[in-house]
Amino acid sequence: MHPALSVVVFTTLSGAGLGVLFLAALLQSLAPLPLSRELAVAPVAVGAALLVAGLGSAFFHLGRPGRAWRAFSQWRTSWLSREAVAATATLGAGAAMAACMWIAPGGTGATTAAIILAGCSVATVYATACIYTSLRTIPAWHNAWVAPTFLLAAGLSGAAVFWLLLSFAFWRPGRAEGLVFALAAVGFALAKVGYWRHIDRHGAKLDTGAVTGLARFGSVRPAEAPHTEANFLLREMGFVLARRHARRLRPCAVVLCGVAPAVGGLLAFAGLGGTAVAATATLSLLAGLLVERWLFFAQARHVVVAYYR
Amino acid sequence: MTALPLPSPRKLGLVIDLDTCVGCHACAVACKEWNEQGAFGPLPDQDPYGAEPLGVWFNRVHTYEVAAGNPLPPPTPARAIAPAASAAAAAPAQGMTVHFPRSCLHCEDAACVTVCPTGASYKRASDGIVLVDEDKCIGCKLCAWACPYGAREYSEVRGVMQKCTLCVDRIYNESLDPADRQPACVLACPTRARHFGDLGDPGSEVSRLVAAREGYAPLPELGYRPVNRYLPPRPRRDGAAAADPAAERFDASRLPPLLRWADRLLSR
Repeated sequence: MHPALSVVVFTTLSGAGLGVLFLAALLQSLAPLPLSRELAVAPVAVGAALLVAGLGSAFFHLGRPGRAWRAFSQWRTSWLSREAVAATATLGAGAAMAACMWIAPGGTGATTAAIILAGCSVATVYATACIYTSLRTIPAWHNAWVAPTFLLAAGLSGAAVFWLLLSFAFWRPGRAEGLVFALAAVGFALAKVGYWRHIDRHGAKLDTGAVTGLARFGSVRPAEAPHTEANFLLREMGFVLARRHARRLRPCAVVLCGVAPAVGGLLAFAGLGGTAVAATATLSLLAGLLVERWLFFAQARHVVVAYYR
Repeated sequence: MTALPLPSPRKLGLVIDLDTCVGCHACAVACKEWNEQGAFGPLPDQDPYGAEPLGVWFNRVHTYEVAAGNPLPPPTPARAIAPAASAAAAAPAQGMTVHFPRSCLHCEDAACVTVCPTGASYKRASDGIVLVDEDKCIGCKLCAWACPYGAREYSEVRGVMQKCTLCVDRIYNESLDPADRQPACVLACPTRARHFGDLGDPGSEVSRLVAAREGYAPLPELGYRPVNRYLPPRPRRDGAAAADPAAERFDASRLPPLLRWADRLLSR
């Protein structure tokens, strides 16, 4: 699949933003940090900004952005529509929580909004993943590895951004937070390795003989293409660059979004979780997620390509 | 509404004969010509006369070479082949060329419809035709991702998705002669390899053709339940047997008397 930059950036940024919102909501409903209201609201604002930036990026991926409002209508069947509805609900709940935290910190309003926000943010990430997992035409997406890795990526990148933001307020993660973050980073890297092993084994089962139904007559090979120039299908689905670079990019992704953040988490565990460590871990993680998300698209082979080669 | 309608008894579709198709692309050209000006057009091209023309076609004709003999052993044992028939006997001794027109199969379980976030993609309850309302489409391209048959092409120029309409603006068009109320591709085909009709009616001409020729739809394992059918190529005559010098031998004693006399006369 063609890795459209807008979609790669959208899923990464909105995932991080939703992770920040989820953690802010979790802290608000369970154990609010002893922060001034300005500092308490800041992560909500940053999370919402990341989500809006991601949505804006996806908006420009559309052929007719002016009609985007129609995407709210088909939530009964379409995961893309459900994602749009859930993302909007998340922004609404985030705004409500921020308002409650500002006007009446510690009130029940903020707690209620926080519980709704936590649910909406998880639902949005899950809906994003389901857009991909629901496509039977793309075996690399239609499997059980995709939704957990999307949720884990959002939580991990959200935690990193949250940590970075609070580090500006001289908050330092404790031993437990550092350890959990390090373990989550290692877990995410292991999940990605598991996903890659899965797609390498079950990537493209349907060949030209299968898609034409001619396999029973012998081995089938395209003799003449239906058109001399490219078409939409070949540009959108027939992306071949990734197979050449995957061997190098996969270890890069593991180091950037697994090893480096895990080292950051361990430094935090040792009491060294300052701004510099937080910033390094966050930037490395986001860069790694962009590489990982690019591979997620670029390595996914669509069934229709088998008609051509 | 992108929820699929209840299955209708009427299932309009195409039956494409892979045995008689000669790969002339007349169907593809006729399709482009009609739909450029039809109710769902235009089908504008980018850079039409330049170095890299790119544009929407609803119909693409592939050409495949089927090698002689049985299919190679599948790379994975679990692989399912579309028509499960063990037609090993039909495997051509000399290999064959198959022309394969590829267009929308108007699936009964059309995932391109259910994934649409706007309601632009829909399946008609009355006859099962899958259409795009181009005034509602936002150009997110998700429907093209959901289609295994490559039936949908995105128009860069118009910013919307486009697809085969089964010439819905021809088949019900009362200003046309009844004989012309068929899809443009069907009328254009010089070898009559394309047939249009109601595949939901077991007594229709197309349904009888499908039953007689064991028509199939590719990729049944994906579960989209296409309406269109392909008629498989008939077994080719064994070219090797024709070239056999043993077949050249003939026994003069088995000829009728007049020819035996002529043979004897000419053999002197």
